[in-house]
Amino acid sequence: MDETSTDASIVMREVTKRHGDTVAVDRLSLTIRKGEFFAILGPSGSGKTTTLRLLAGFEQPDSGEIIIEGQPMQGVPPNRRPVNLVFQNYALFPHMTVAQNVAFGLEMKGLPTPEIGPHVAEALEMVRLAGKQDRLPSQLSGGEQQRVALARALVNRPAVLLLDEPLGALDKQLRLEMEVELKALQERVGITFVCVTHDQEEALTMSDRLAVMHHGRLLQIGTPEEIYTAPASAFVASFIGVSNSLPGRVQAIDGQRTTVAVEGIGLVHAPSCTGLRTGAPVLVTIRPERLHLSRDPATDGYQNQIAVRVAKAIYSGNEMHYLVTLPNNLTWKARVPNADGTAKRFHAGESAYLKWRTAEAVLLPE
Amino acid sequence: MKTRSWLVAASFADLLFLYLPIAILVVFSFNASKLSARWQGFSLEWYAKLFTDQALLSATVNSLIVATVSTVLAGALGVLTAVALERQPFRWQGAFEVLLLMPIVIPEIMMGVAMLLFFVMIKLPLSLLTMIIAHTIFNFPVVALIVRARLRKLDPRLEEAASDLGATPWVAFKRVTLPLLMPGIVGALLMAFTLSLDDFIISFFTAGVGSTTLPIKVYGMLKSAVTPEVNALSAILVLVSMGLVAVATWVQRK
Repeated sequence: MDETSTDASIVMREVTKRHGDTVAVDRLSLTIRKGEFFAILGPSGSGKTTTLRLLAGFEQPDSGEIIIEGQPMQGVPPNRRPVNLVFQNYALFPHMTVAQNVAFGLEMKGLPTPEIGPHVAEALEMVRLAGKQDRLPSQLSGGEQQRVALARALVNRPAVLLLDEPLGALDKQLRLEMEVELKALQERVGITFVCVTHDQEEALTMSDRLAVMHHGRLLQIGTPEEIYTAPASAFVASFIGVSNSLPGRVQAIDGQRTTVAVEGIGLVHAPSCTGLRTGAPVLVTIRPERLHLSRDPATDGYQNQIAVRVAKAIYSGNEMHYLVTLPNNLTWKARVPNADGTAKRFHAGESAYLKWRTAEAVLLPE
Repeated sequence: MKTRSWLVAASFADLLFLYLPIAILVVFSFNASKLSARWQGFSLEWYAKLFTDQALLSATVNSLIVATVSTVLAGALGVLTAVALERQPFRWQGAFEVLLLMPIVIPEIMMGVAMLLFFVMIKLPLSLLTMIIAHTIFNFPVVALIVRARLRKLDPRLEEAASDLGATPWVAFKRVTLPLLMPGIVGALLMAFTLSLDDFIISFFTAGVGSTTLPIKVYGMLKSAVTPEVNALSAILVLVSMGLVAVATWVQRK
């Protein structure tokens, strides 16, 4: 997308932020479209939270430019930016009731008191907290506090809603529910959401597009599917879901198909990747759910096959999780649906054949 | 186990040593005898006498004026200092913090003499004003320390949240930080008020003619004779001080 287009909600150009000697954000350039749910994914220390704080205005970039809704943000303090932030620990005002918390932003805007009440009621309705307006934050559960924080931000109708690890403090069950709810909410209000998270599942489920950051740099940007199926680097591949990998060297390139020589295993095939020449060190990666495990050595349509030993078999409801040991002593993970009943399950210590189709693998330069 | 009960016994002995003289003082304030050493029956005579003593009443008024004004001034200075120390790091802050603690650790008599000499040097006549200045100076570090401890426990994200929601720095402070600091501030003010009310040494050096406060008055009464009237006055001062400190502790725990 052209970054000067009117379709852009946020444009960051070559933004750098240093904290002492460390570069927290390193020449970051990205464009976030109006009305999209954009996730910034990365491990702790990747610069994702600093990026969010730069957008909110709590920190100023050392160099580069940030434009929000067409306005340069250079020198604009947080209270005059068209964004609102949902804090990681919610940062609800403990001395104010739920309603007072939600009304705070409207009061600051100078909205007349009689108009504030209906807006607050509507916002609380939206996050399903009607009836709790007179409680103090300390009298609410974690999930309810999180929804107050959302209401407090959304009631101001910001151009952009920033969310810092919004589901991090919730237990797993609630997190799964809130993922769906948050996405539905974003679609309903049509506001641009920028959500920072270290949880790849959260990012993949909720976002329209996501950026993966590491050491302050942007590694890849794209739709969840693009990032999941075509990771641009070994780091992205391993960070977005568990990935198995085999180090090797390019043996031959045959149009769409590249043959890789792997020490101790032999030849494996993967779809070609641009910019690689014969002899180049590469990683062949494949996701656990793309692997098939069989007792039958027949290739039956799978172009790749390795004899392995099952090291561990873990029952996980609808799936079996296997750890298998390859001839070169690498351990891979495989996930196999449990639909076929117990007869086909493998047990620790058994020999098996690990198979996959060439098109399911991803080749990455090392 | 034996060592431990020995430790507890020692602690209780300490308390006894501390409070027994005060208890005796209070008991003898109810003594009917004019000679304070012998018990001759219960009486409220000395308390009644206190309230008719004109000099004593004016000393009480002086004490309250000095304590109130110096507490308000020390409170304002102390809160500002606490916020600056905690939210606005500045150059030489470490040195500043050490210097801030000095009035608490240097001998009071030095402070008293130094202030007396200073007031004489700048030709400021000794009066209630000089006492108020002196009390403000020894009280403001106390307020700063207590309020700062409270501020340190406050999540800085709350102020960020306020500014994110459109509040200017001053409004964020007024609407969010200040209400949450209030228990600490009230506790610190009560403590400062008590310290001012109880102070003798610094007051002794900085008081002028006609600006006698209660502790100075007690000292003056002792010079002529130890009457049960002194006991009664001291008993009231002890109870008021202990009450204020108890309230200060209770407020801060909220």
